Parts: sequence; structure tokens; C-alpha cells
Amino acid sequence: MKRMANMSDISRRHVLQLAGSAALCGGLPIVTVRPAQATPAMLSSAIRNLVGEATVQQGKVKLDIPPLVENGNTVPMTVSVDHPMTETDYVKSIHVFNEKNPQPNIGNFYLTPRAGRAQVATRIRLADSQKVVAIAKLSDGSFWQTSADVIVTLAACTEEVP
Amino acid sequence: MAALVNVPPKAKRGAVVEIKALMSHIMEPGYRRTAAGELIPRDIITSFTCRLNGAEIFRADLFPAISANPFMSFFTIATESGKFEFEWIGDNGFVANAAANITVE
Repeated sequence: MKRMANMSDISRRHVLQLAGSAALCGGLPIVTVRPAQATPAMLSSAIRNLVGEATVQQGKVKLDIPPLVENGNTVPMTVSVDHPMTETDYVKSIHVFNEKNPQPNIGNFYLTPRAGRAQVATRIRLADSQKVVAIAKLSDGSFWQTSADVIVTLAACTEEVP
Repeated sequence: MAALVNVPPKAKRGAVVEIKALMSHIMEPGYRRTAAGELIPRDIITSFTCRLNGAEIFRADLFPAISANPFMSFFTIATESGKFEFEWIGDNGFVANAAANITVE
């Protein structure tokens, strides 16, 4: 009898698990086994690591990224900074962060006055619908930022490999 | 390990030119698991550098959030003719190079 009871316990658990993963599948086409996500706290500590005690001002930076992406594995992204590039006054670096990938950093891009235009483009992965933050560091030591919200239907980074 | 770089072969002195570079690489983020539940170790390119006649003009730190076959586009002022050299460095001793010439007139 006891054995019977145990078996029914297990099957009930299985049923619940199945129901759970079915619900998950409803939202995400691929079942994800996801490690701890980066959190908004990790995002702000990553930004703090970059800027230190400096204040980050809004503006100057433009982040071009689609607001809705079907596949988080390749999201085209362009960051440009509306600032001159002269020998004495230029954009030193551009840093891109995210909120919910397994880690908050996406990329750091280092420019020189010879760049002529402060603009970089690449393709990134997004593990979830989230906020992407771009920060520019200028040669005078000031920091400027912008952010964009992206909705992702197929998550990247943590999917199970077939 | 194939690189694809796009540099205008000719440019007017002082013009701002776009440079594009793509490297074929899996960029395994290190967070995915096999069906058996085993974590697949990270294997990414961590650094990309572009130099013109030996002087660095652009550099990037890459993280797992950069897509497979990392693509970079950036700009530079055409100041002198010469050779652009591209270098990708990554996990497990990955190193790859490419080069392209530009004539500035």
C-alpha cells in the first residue's frame, strides 16, 4: 500500500511538472534552463565599476536597436554619440550593458580622435525582454547615457542545445 | 576561422570611412546546457583590435552577449595610405588576423 501511495505521489509531481513546462512553452518556444539572471542591481554595479563616483548624464548617446526582436541570438545594435572628435575633445569609449542576460556586460568599445565619428555597430544576444544601456565616456571624463527597452520573443544565451 | 573585412580601397584625405569586420566564431556563451544537463564551457572572442600602420585606431572588449560570428562596424578618418591590421583574441588560445590596404589620395 505504501508503495502505491509513493507512486501516485510521483505521478502527481510529474503531472505538475508537465503542466509547468507546458505553461512555460506557451510563453517561450524553447524550454530554457536558466542560471541566475543578471539583475538590475548587477547592472547598476557594473555601471558603477565603469563610472566610479561620477554622475552619468542623460543625452548625447543614441542607441539604435529594434524595439521588438523575434530572435534574441542576433540583435543588430548601433550606438552613436553626438559629440565632435577632435584631438582635445573626443569620445574615449562606449560601453553597452543589459539588465537580464546572465552577465551585465555586452561590450566595451575604445575610440581615438582619429575615429572621425563616434559610432559603433555590432550584433548582440539578449536572453530576455529587457533594458539595454549605452554609456559614453568623453575625454573630459564626463559620462553620458541612454537606454532602450527591447522585447524578445526567442531568448538567447541559455537555451538547451539539441 | 574565416575573417571578412570591408575597407574602402581608396579614400580622399580627411574623409571619414566605415570599416566592417566579421570573424566566424561560435561565441559559445558558457551558459547553455546539453540535453543531458551538462554546462557547455565558454568559448568566446574576448578582444578585437584594429590598427593602421601599427597605430591602434579601434579596440573592443567582447562578452558572451556578442552574437556568434562577431561583427563590428566603426569609423576612421583617412589620414594616410597603408595597411589595416585586424586581430581577434579569444578563449582557448584563439588568435586570428586579417589585413586590408587603403590608398589615401
